[in-house]
Amino acid sequence: MDYIRAFIVGGTICVIGQLLMDGTKLTPAHVLVLFVTSGVILTALGIYEPIVKFGGAGATVPIVGFGYTLAKGSIKATKESGILGAFTGGVEAGAGGVAAAVVFGYLMALIFNPKSKK
Amino acid sequence: MENTKKERFHKQCKYNQYVKQKSPKPNFFKNAIWAFLVGGIICICGQFIMNTLKVIGLQKEEVGTATSIILIFLGAFLTGVGIYDKLGKRAGGGSIIPITGFANSIVSPAMEFKTEGYIFGIGAKMFILAGPVLVYGFTSAVLVGLIYLFIGK
Amino acid sequence: MAIKKIGKQTVKFENPPYIVATATTVGPKEGEGPLKSYFDNILSDDLYGEDSWELAESKILRESVKRAIQKSDKNIVDMEYMLSGDLLNQLMSTSFAARDLGIPFFGLYGACSTMAESLSLGAMIIDGGYADYLVATTSSHFSSAERQYRFPLEHGNQRALTAQWTVTGSGAAILSTNGNGPKITHVTTGKVVDLGIKDVNNMGAAMAPSAVDTMIAHFQDTGFRPEKYDLIVTGDLGAIGKEITEEMVFDRGYNITKVYNDCGVLIFDNEAQDTHAGGSGCGCSACVFCGYIYKEMIKKNLNNVLLISTGALLSTTSAQQGQSIPGIAHAVTIVNG
Repeated sequence: MDYIRAFIVGGTICVIGQLLMDGTKLTPAHVLVLFVTSGVILTALGIYEPIVKFGGAGATVPIVGFGYTLAKGSIKATKESGILGAFTGGVEAGAGGVAAAVVFGYLMALIFNPKSKK
Repeated sequence: MENTKKERFHKQCKYNQYVKQKSPKPNFFKNAIWAFLVGGIICICGQFIMNTLKVIGLQKEEVGTATSIILIFLGAFLTGVGIYDKLGKRAGGGSIIPITGFANSIVSPAMEFKTEGYIFGIGAKMFILAGPVLVYGFTSAVLVGLIYLFIGK
Repeated sequence: MAIKKIGKQTVKFENPPYIVATATTVGPKEGEGPLKSYFDNILSDDLYGEDSWELAESKILRESVKRAIQKSDKNIVDMEYMLSGDLLNQLMSTSFAARDLGIPFFGLYGACSTMAESLSLGAMIIDGGYADYLVATTSSHFSSAERQYRFPLEHGNQRALTAQWTVTGSGAAILSTNGNGPKITHVTTGKVVDLGIKDVNNMGAAMAPSAVDTMIAHFQDTGFRPEKYDLIVTGDLGAIGKEITEEMVFDRGYNITKVYNDCGVLIFDNEAQDTHAGGSGCGCSACVFCGYIYKEMIKKNLNNVLLISTGALLSTTSAQQGQSIPGIAHAVTIVNG
């Protein structure tokens, strides 16, 4: 059951991104920025938490989920350690993903070369 | 002068409208179906990884981070071997929006600009697409924390 | 007194220069297209044994020039000028090719209009009596253009339906005061025209007004009608730009439908090769002219051709600053004499 919910929620979020790219002049970079910021705002407003509860990975795997992680971390750390937490919380919560992206990105670039398109 | 400027603007508007009507529209329906299927399947993979990690016995907090790391590795690897761009051609938002697409946006410029060296090529260009995501993500997260602090909930 | 000038924008040559030889080198995708039998050298690997796309493009240009010189039965040292340009920042591929060839060199930037630009200036140099032999050439490469103007190759994005595919290839033409072959009789130099298109994925529409402007100027200056030509061919407007041009020229009182085509439409089979609106890039009109058109002229299947290469004079900076895309087009009349 959780697989079906993940499929539907994740698929829907991706469709919203697709419609934005097809219907407007937004590029993939614009959409990624828009979605991560939306994730932060929706989480802060308490709207995204129920979506995560329902959709599981369907809500956390899209880049909106990265915004969710950042905002949740920021709020939690602010509660615990005040103003310092506001600065460290988000980045700390997202650190695993960012470090992985940088390290794997670097490794892949060392190993592989881009191929021309056919 | 004022008049010609206005005239030019009018001419440009007219031409832009004409071009818009001449240009083919993307197939919204087909693109949306592809995005839904591929995006959904990537999320199912994410769910599978999460469930498996839970069974292994990871803490709830750790599961999320570990899942992200694994998916990022997969996205990076598929980019490296030249599959992700082919997937993206069909899936569009379906492969751009998931965290694997974030990995793709880091790996693809890193590979592309390797010819410009390890510092200014890979090191600097790695973030041409993903940098803005981090800038806006981190900034808005810090702002949310600060607002939370001042509203004092 | 400019005795060779007719009308506002056109030059009529007294001693029309001959195009004595041409050569082309293209990438694998172009080599699978409808014009494959017209190209001299089809690469199986578009990296061409080099370390980067830019160096590969440079080699493609260099080898085309060498081959064209060889075909004209001359040597590199006989060439008095090389007129050339490409799409890369500071003309990297051209400059590096010119470095290796050692021919006196003028670097040109006219974006994808460079083939007609180099033929125009080359013809003026020859007719002016400043040289007996020179090379006019240009190149483009899909992968080098993609990384400079668009996305990294491995990025998983979707191309717009209005987008065009940058041609990997180069064409080189040898111009001479005497010899055999088609002659350049008229040159109409275009003005920069901008009708406010900002969509970088719709270059054909951005450039079409400049092609129309130059074509009309050519007809007015020379008094020619479209019927004079058995082929009027624009550089790289693609399917959408071609349709727009045809309609806009018709509105100005000239019907070109029967003789009009576009190099960007000719070079690829858009359906089968998934090139959306067609080919683009400096190499597009260069390869189609130096390959298909020139060879058909030698066979006398085509005798009067108007080549109008079109260029979009945008940069990544101008696009990011939200500016519209200025277009340029130059026309060259080539006839069998």
